[in-house]
Amino acid sequence: MNCDFDLIVVGGGHAGCEAAAVAARMGVRTALVSFTKDSIGAMSCNPAIGGLGKGHLVREVDAFDGLIGRAADAAAIHYRMLNLSKGAAVQGPRVQADRKLYKAAIHRMLDAQDNLSIVEGEVASLIFDGQTVSGINFADERQVTASAVILATGTFLNGKLFRGEETFAGGRTGEASAVSLGQQIRDADLPIARLKTGTPPRIDGRTIDWASLPEQPSDDDGWTMSPMSSRRDVPQTFCSVSRTSAATHDIIRDNLDRSPLFSGAIDAQGPRYCPSIEDKIHRFADRDSHQVFLEPEGLDTNLVYPNGISTSLPVDVQEAFVRTMDGLSKAEIIVPGYAVEYDHIDPRALDRSLKVRDLDGLYCAGQINGTTGYEEAAAQGLVAGIGAACAIQGKDAPQLDRGTSYMAVMIDDLVLQGVTEPYRMLTARAEYRLRLRADNATTRLSPVAEAIGCLGSERLTWFTERQTQRMAIMQELETVYSCEAIADQGIEVRRDGTKQSLFDWLRFPNISIHALSGLGVSVADTHKGLLAEVEEDARYAPYLQRQESELRDLRANEQIRLGDDLDYAAIAGLSNEMVERLKGARPETLAAASRVRGITPAALAAILVHARRREAKTLAA
Amino acid sequence: MAADTIFALSSGQPPAAIAIVRISGPKASDALKALSGSVPEERRARLAKLNDPVSGDLLDTALVLWFPGPNSASGEDLAEIHCHGGRAVVRILEKALENMDGLRPAEPGEFTRRAFTHGRMDLAEAEGLSDLLFAETELQRRSAVQAAGGALSRKVEDWQSAILRLSAMVEAELDFSDEDDVTPAQLSVVHSAAAELAKEMKNMLDRPRAEKLREGVRVVLGGPPNSGKSTLLNALVEREAAIVSSIAGTTRDVIEVPIAIKGIPFLFIDTAGVRDEGAEEIERIGIDRARQQFDLADLILWLGREGEGPHNANMVEIASRQDHPDYLPKSSDTLSVSPITGDGMDALVTLLVDRAKKIVPRGDEISVNKRQAHHLNDAQQNLDAISGLQDYLIIAEQLRLARSALDALTGRASTEDMLDSLFGKFCIGK
Repeated sequence: MNCDFDLIVVGGGHAGCEAAAVAARMGVRTALVSFTKDSIGAMSCNPAIGGLGKGHLVREVDAFDGLIGRAADAAAIHYRMLNLSKGAAVQGPRVQADRKLYKAAIHRMLDAQDNLSIVEGEVASLIFDGQTVSGINFADERQVTASAVILATGTFLNGKLFRGEETFAGGRTGEASAVSLGQQIRDADLPIARLKTGTPPRIDGRTIDWASLPEQPSDDDGWTMSPMSSRRDVPQTFCSVSRTSAATHDIIRDNLDRSPLFSGAIDAQGPRYCPSIEDKIHRFADRDSHQVFLEPEGLDTNLVYPNGISTSLPVDVQEAFVRTMDGLSKAEIIVPGYAVEYDHIDPRALDRSLKVRDLDGLYCAGQINGTTGYEEAAAQGLVAGIGAACAIQGKDAPQLDRGTSYMAVMIDDLVLQGVTEPYRMLTARAEYRLRLRADNATTRLSPVAEAIGCLGSERLTWFTERQTQRMAIMQELETVYSCEAIADQGIEVRRDGTKQSLFDWLRFPNISIHALSGLGVSVADTHKGLLAEVEEDARYAPYLQRQESELRDLRANEQIRLGDDLDYAAIAGLSNEMVERLKGARPETLAAASRVRGITPAALAAILVHARRREAKTLAA
Repeated sequence: MAADTIFALSSGQPPAAIAIVRISGPKASDALKALSGSVPEERRARLAKLNDPVSGDLLDTALVLWFPGPNSASGEDLAEIHCHGGRAVVRILEKALENMDGLRPAEPGEFTRRAFTHGRMDLAEAEGLSDLLFAETELQRRSAVQAAGGALSRKVEDWQSAILRLSAMVEAELDFSDEDDVTPAQLSVVHSAAAELAKEMKNMLDRPRAEKLREGVRVVLGGPPNSGKSTLLNALVEREAAIVSSIAGTTRDVIEVPIAIKGIPFLFIDTAGVRDEGAEEIERIGIDRARQQFDLADLILWLGREGEGPHNANMVEIASRQDHPDYLPKSSDTLSVSPITGDGMDALVTLLVDRAKKIVPRGDEISVNKRQAHHLNDAQQNLDAISGLQDYLIIAEQLRLARSALDALTGRASTEDMLDSLFGKFCIGK
């Protein structure tokens, strides 16, 4: 069949853009479909990118030469490294981004990308060819065909907005929701559930008494989200911190019955880690004040995003309570906050490339899979884009596991455990986070990216040079020094006759490569952050070594494939509950099965034996 | 695939004529070399002297065999040691192996598991296995409930939730410190809570092991030749009709006699006479063994000259052969017995029983077996290491490791140990 494109990506949010861009980088003819070209690359919620766990995802996507990190730098008006006082593994780079600049950067990169076309229109339905998806129908009856379609439609599926007693259909304010596509997906027997999320009112910055509020300036040491951004091009601004007061809490408490969250109008599960202000007041009644960050939305806009008061209370209540907060007594709301309830696909219906298991050619990425956040969406877009491109090109998709990346942790959690609330990345989700740092993302993942051909030439050159330099540093660190030599540099170490490599010496927190320059240790440091990365490797080396055997077991068990159609009900010894859970999760490997909640070792034994027996029968047949 | 090298007694419980200890994994040949000096030609039995790699002490003379992988029972490099089947010999050998780098005792069924993963078990065996598993799950559950009325599981669950609470505190600090309203975790609170948990676990670990009930309290009779050891042993045996069996030790110089006294299982060990100088080669081996026996003993009854016994906290001076011409009187508070007349024997039995009560687990107290102790110790060490740590990231990692050690203990589904527990119903090393 002669297709119009190889791949169609529906939706131009963070997931859709990364999916389309990576596929195009890999040489796949890709169409990115959006209601309007202008809405591509919009930041629909808070004007920030990165954070704890999320910053890791940004750097990982960036290691594949993705868009989000570079676009964030092009738009960053405020940089902050979260958790700076803690180990590098949990430091989270985060920026405030100017919405306009961000969108412009995304458009610039997409326009410059070969193999990528942007197609405007409202997608009415998917074209099915039996169990295979082969294209899309637009509402205006145009058709576009392709070998695969990635749905990255965010909250647009049967989205419903709530503000006080009012409800509207739609994904974001002012945009229609994709109702008919949603219906078709329901009809295709994909498991669908509903989640909710919310957004705060946007405030006119000119009505804020900035002088009365504590400032949070931008970090000044010049780090960037993407190493490809050589410097910070945009003027830096500051954020401020406001607080709710007793009066704020009184107003909210008195009006709880007018919130759709409490009146029962919304029954979908919202995120526990990002509750609405009415939730916070209700659940933590003993707190008399909550912190609220006032984040400017851009350089040439007066919109301010008050981070921490997401709400779906009626507009009059929103106005009243906002004005009881520090520095906001005269504040004007430009866009009121609202809650949105939306359909998502139970991600357990997907495989590790985010393809719908029971349909060919259909992938889902982003919020449609029950996640929240730009970064989570971007990482899924990347995974789905790579998965679809590899399938189209007949390559094996790279196998990433929980020991190599946050992306893989997220995908594993999603396809195995499903979601009960909007899924957000946390460093605590990554068991092996000591090795999964934001600062070593490129070392971990760019080789994989290179192997599947998704690094642009500029990035490839940069990465090759960096690897060469890294090897040189590692070689230098193999030199063995005695404790006397170290102590002679004025560094406090026990003179106990120890002789070890510099790498081993770096385990001591008081020893750094810089402090050893007197020994003649000289390493080139042209790649920003590379030395710090290596030092951090050395610092945690003993802990990483301890994890090695754990990871070996994990990887061995990942090799034991269970097959998608294993009949768990037929395995003696599994309880009904286990059978249900396993049927839902459909683990691809024994390692995955072990992570399904409530599965005991004895149950795993039964599964393993059953799988082996079936394998042998298949071979014999 | 598996990196650890494991070892276990693969034959039945000693004492027996011979015992077979298997070592499987990449370091099997190193271990064999360390013990016997070299690796024999593959699949050929060879007689070898086994020496402790650290102290150089002679452990035993044994048959050793070498089966390089993958054509071995486990599919990995595999060594077999056919040694004498006395409990002490096996124990000493296991101890020497455990001290080697990269070696650890096998988990229950681990040899089977490795054989299975390496395709060394055929389909018929696997099918039988599968049928057994249902019954197995139920059995495991019941035995867990029965163990001290489920008290151990409950205790471990308490610990698990305590560690989870600590983890949550630390994780909140790591993942949400920048966000609204997270009260900073107090390092001192985390330190003291972890230390408290570690102490509780240590207390549990210090208690007598569950195996003591099966293996018996080890009482070693020590003293130079002709100091009356055998006479005393015979007197005890005759007095207590409840002899389980009398089996000559498999070595020429150690006799092991299991006896139950007042319902408590004892294992009496009569050693070769201890003499420091002028020993012939064979006798020297016997003397080495006696010393090893002292190390393993729960109680040493020293019949030799006062003050010349081994320096060991478990030693009790006994003035034996009250009625004998060569009687060596000891200090006035020393227990003095005469196996012939029976004088002092009641007092000796009381002493034995009193000591034993501290060594065997009490019925009303939770006790752990060797396997459980291994994991509990792991958890304890990881918690203990937290004190003084300032880096939240490392504290969180220690807590994670402690959690997974406890997961392994209760057999809950944790990634790492799941396959290990898979075939948990099989005896070690089969």
